[in-house]
Amino acid sequence: MKRIYVNEKWCLGCHLCEYECAFANSGLTDMVKALKGKVIHPKIRVEDGEEVHFAVNCRHCSDPICVHSCIAGALSQGADGVVGIDTDKCVGCLTCVLVCPYGAIMPAADGHVAQKCMLCIDNVCGEPNCVKYCLNNAIVYEERD
Amino acid sequence: MNIYIQPEYEVVRDRDRCIGCRVCERQCANLVHSYDAEAGKMQADSALCVNCHRCVCVCPTHALKIVKSDDTYKVNGNWGNQTINEVYRQANSGGVLLSSMGNPKEYPVFWDKMLINASQVTNPPIDPLREPMETRLWLGKRTSVIERDERGKLKNKLSPQLELKVPILFSAMSYGSISYNAHESLARAAQELGTFYNTGEGGLHKDFYKYGKNTIVQVASGRFGVYKDYLDTAAAIEIKMGQGAKPGIGGHLPGEKISADVSETRMIPQGVDAISPAPHHDIYSIEDLRQLVYSLKEATDYKKPVIVKIAAVHNCAAIASGIARSGADILAIDGYRGGTGAAPTRIRDNVGIPIELALAQVDQRLREEGIRDEVSILAGGSIRSSADVIKAIALGADACYIGTAALLALGCHLCRTCHTGKCNWGIATQRPDLVKRLNPDIGYKRLVNLVTAWNHEIQEMMGGMGINSIEALRGNRLMLRGIGLTDTELSVLGIKYAGESM
Repeated sequence: MKRIYVNEKWCLGCHLCEYECAFANSGLTDMVKALKGKVIHPKIRVEDGEEVHFAVNCRHCSDPICVHSCIAGALSQGADGVVGIDTDKCVGCLTCVLVCPYGAIMPAADGHVAQKCMLCIDNVCGEPNCVKYCLNNAIVYEERD
Repeated sequence: MNIYIQPEYEVVRDRDRCIGCRVCERQCANLVHSYDAEAGKMQADSALCVNCHRCVCVCPTHALKIVKSDDTYKVNGNWGNQTINEVYRQANSGGVLLSSMGNPKEYPVFWDKMLINASQVTNPPIDPLREPMETRLWLGKRTSVIERDERGKLKNKLSPQLELKVPILFSAMSYGSISYNAHESLARAAQELGTFYNTGEGGLHKDFYKYGKNTIVQVASGRFGVYKDYLDTAAAIEIKMGQGAKPGIGGHLPGEKISADVSETRMIPQGVDAISPAPHHDIYSIEDLRQLVYSLKEATDYKKPVIVKIAAVHNCAAIASGIARSGADILAIDGYRGGTGAAPTRIRDNVGIPIELALAQVDQRLREEGIRDEVSILAGGSIRSSADVIKAIALGADACYIGTAALLALGCHLCRTCHTGKCNWGIATQRPDLVKRLNPDIGYKRLVNLVTAWNHEIQEMMGGMGINSIEALRGNRLMLRGIGLTDTELSVLGIKYAGESM
């Protein structure tokens, strides 16, 4: 399947992807209206080191431990391989947050449910907005073996 | 006491649009932007801004713009703001003023005073989408007389030639003055386009030997990085006698830019200033030049063309005549608007002549002396568009070097502060965190796009003139007409005025 990959060699640590992610999932069409004066809760997070920066979001593992761990059946893997979350089913136990080895699942803004990257198929963008706006092609969306 | 100088440009932030994402702050190596956590607002210090537009381009809500300050001294037709500020800066520091990139002064641009011909009725134009339109060409020494043996076979042996698919090459920019990623972008683009890039005088990084077939290596007065493999790898060797941006002076790469990698490539100690002398200390005459030309040919088995590059100066036609007789295969002329990573401001802005005039005079002189076929001519020094390429070729060039246009394609915004080494676009810098901003996967494609687009336009204009081979346009000055030029300018350019018939 096509997945989001990050090449730390080209990641500049500008954090633009976090804002593009928050905008994509805001449901609004104007970034200023969506993000001005708000604390953002993006599903992608840039880890900053001294010289290395790395954007992290869900890897859509082929054997996703989060899905196994979910006590409410909110997390599932579709036939296309995308690991999705049904927030109506999520009970907010945050077990998935604890078990994800990449730290790619986090509590949503209200803290009562978990949230994770669904490759922007769950919003109007249709394809990953972080990839589209990455300044340096550090985040790519492609098929790899 | 230093006199305060008001910044020339101001950063203007649209507070209604700024979402405080701090991307501008993270992307500015000059530390212009900062976040005031107490007020929850972004701030900008315009005094630090070099107007490179990085922040303007990366701002996701387009909340930023840079404007020219309307602060002014009492208006004076003779003493402009910049002139006065430069006096203050020199009185403050006692130093020579440094600048980068090409001469920005408002001298006449002769490209913009020449118009191109088109066919009507009697010699119909050609549609390049339907008929062959050849932009392939060869650079090197030609034979003016064709000799055949008794069986009619050619007796002439052609000197080594460079084959180009497009009449455009990337001009000399050294590793040191520009980054590793900029060099990789140029090398990969040259390979894909079937043309050449030029190492400049900084040697060839070991990773780029694989692009040798598309590489012109330079031998300059500092002789940095010159050794056997360097010469053997290249497709051609260029002897740099001068540079359009700073004719008559050498180069100076400050020690801070001599990183471990640059040091290895240039074969000089790390952290020590790299000085290129003004003259080659072994060249004081055409005879001396001939010796270096033949030394380089001898060292490479007479398999590679040798280019001699000079700056366009007052007496360049006579100098070119000497070079054509020195054994060189190709002559490169660099006009006074050509770029540089650093040059004394006064030299950049006041020394040399326009490439248009130099090129026309050199081509004319070599024709008059019957030695035009001894060398191919490369013109550079502010070729800004495909129209400039067409005009240069019609004035007598075989092909054109582009430098500034190539850097623009890579993201350069002509802020002209390369000499500070803090290029926000990852081009004119050696700082690893800045160099990585130029991803060669993106950069080389943008270069390929640019040259491909220009080549399409060149084919369209050639078709319009009824010419189907770029070599048939060379020196075809009847395809040009002057507009707004004096009689002297017309005669130097060797063209007629618009409206005058053949």
